[in-house]
Amino acid sequence: MAVTLDQTIAQKQHTLLTRVFASQTFWVVIAVILACLFLSVATDSFATSKNLYNITRNVTFVAIVALGMTFVIITGGIDLSVGSVLCLCSMVLAVTMHAGYGIEVGIAAAIATALIIGAFNGILIAYLGFPPFVVTLGMLSIARSLAMVASNNTVVFQFGPDHDKLLALGGGAWVFGIANPVLYTILLALITGFVLRWTKFGRHIFAIGGNEHAATLTGVPVRQIKVAVYMISALAAGLAGIIQTGWLGAVTTNLGNGMELQVIAATVIGGANLAGGMGTAFGAVVGAALIEVIRNSLGLLGINAFWQGVFIGGAILLAVLFDRLRNFRRNE
Amino acid sequence: MSVLELANISKHFGAIQAVNDVSLSIEAGQVVGLMGDNGAGKSTLVKMIAGNFRPSHGTMQMDGKELILHKPVEARQHGIEIVHQDLALCNNLTAAANVYLGRELRRGVGPFRILDYASMYKRAGQIFAVLKSETRPRDLVKQMSGGQRQAVAIARTMLSQAKIVLMDEPTAAISVRQVAEVLNLIRHLRDQGIAVVLISHRMPDVFDVADRVIVMRRGRKVADKTIASSSPEEVTGLITGAIEQV
Repeated sequence: MAVTLDQTIAQKQHTLLTRVFASQTFWVVIAVILACLFLSVATDSFATSKNLYNITRNVTFVAIVALGMTFVIITGGIDLSVGSVLCLCSMVLAVTMHAGYGIEVGIAAAIATALIIGAFNGILIAYLGFPPFVVTLGMLSIARSLAMVASNNTVVFQFGPDHDKLLALGGGAWVFGIANPVLYTILLALITGFVLRWTKFGRHIFAIGGNEHAATLTGVPVRQIKVAVYMISALAAGLAGIIQTGWLGAVTTNLGNGMELQVIAATVIGGANLAGGMGTAFGAVVGAALIEVIRNSLGLLGINAFWQGVFIGGAILLAVLFDRLRNFRRNE
Repeated sequence: MSVLELANISKHFGAIQAVNDVSLSIEAGQVVGLMGDNGAGKSTLVKMIAGNFRPSHGTMQMDGKELILHKPVEARQHGIEIVHQDLALCNNLTAAANVYLGRELRRGVGPFRILDYASMYKRAGQIFAVLKSETRPRDLVKQMSGGQRQAVAIARTMLSQAKIVLMDEPTAAISVRQVAEVLNLIRHLRDQGIAVVLISHRMPDVFDVADRVIVMRRGRKVADKTIASSSPEEVTGLITGAIEQV
């Protein structure tokens, strides 16, 4: 039977199942599940409700920042400043509330700080053509320094009249005993996933990562979108900072130190491509989960905490290895 | 009837006269081969029609009305579409996404508008069918052959009611079989009543598909005649300057 042109055009190459198996995210999910099963059997303390509560909550801070980072990485950029921005926003919130302002003012100040920093990064990158790596490396240094200036390098642990509200916001569990940060993460992941898949903005982000020149020629507002993604990344870091402040109940200028590496690792483990054009919200969360499960298991298995850096560094390398292997396969 | 009419168009950059007093008219449903050596002024001429440059002298008319373009978007609004030499495709997106890049279809109300995948797949599929190209709207462009990639880039020009399609070296870097495919795509555009300007270095392609050939040398138009009344030898002579003008 002859195949007509219309049939060829209408044909779908992939079914849902083949697409799932081809995705890196799927295999990372499997890895997380296997690791959890192994730990449940190997240790008594893993599958306890307290430990699971801890893990899910710890995942959230990296996951929220990774969601913002996903936007940047899809455009082919990178944001190294997120850890420092998280610290600065926490500190702005803490100092504002400590000075006697309400929680609304504190949060507004923290978010405004994040957006200003994101816009600053984005404008240098999109309009002045600075390399993202250099701009955000500079901001990594600047933001942490500003956090020290803002607090005079002290620990802030009293948050004025709305002290308890802030602690409830980050440390509470308002729905079904699920930690609040987990709820925020789920909500933000859903929003991110929706924006990436269903909006024109999301489509344009992928186009910029795929071929920036083509995006420009076809009328995509490349510069505005680039500024927006760095603002989103900084905003995600700021939100994570606000939530983490409420959870910890204290802010030091050390907060979020080295976090950018974990966040980038989480994003890449979850299937984002550092060369741009690929990435998902679900992947970022799953990548963050894998890292946290590794961290948690080291403690439970009684491995010296000094080894943590080795394992996290290994996870980063493994992530890039995944990325490389996929590229090799594609080139063949 | 002519779609686009250029009258005494000149363009100079400082002391350099890139295009010098060129007049021509392009008619609907006609394929015009625009030929010339490097630096002959083809690209400058095309960039003026595409809205990248403004002419220093002379006027352009479209359907009898004066045409003044400040940016490429305005050219598109007037029905002038360009297929860029590098095709301007995003490898990580599907064929349909590339066709609709920059003018995505959406559905919904007010600010709550989401991408209309179904309509974009359907319409892109219809355009590929018109172009007689075996291109699947859901496939990623990175998996596609050179001919299919051309089809995607050309399909873009058919989204709106294009009157003129400017194609910059569409056959420069693809295989022989794919060249035939692209020439067929050009014929299908012509059959839709669209005027096609084919900028090319490849003599056989122009003589295969074009109705008319325009030759430029050193910024001037040195020939403008039907393919039937010319020959590859004559055009070569005109391009190199061995034949002064016809």
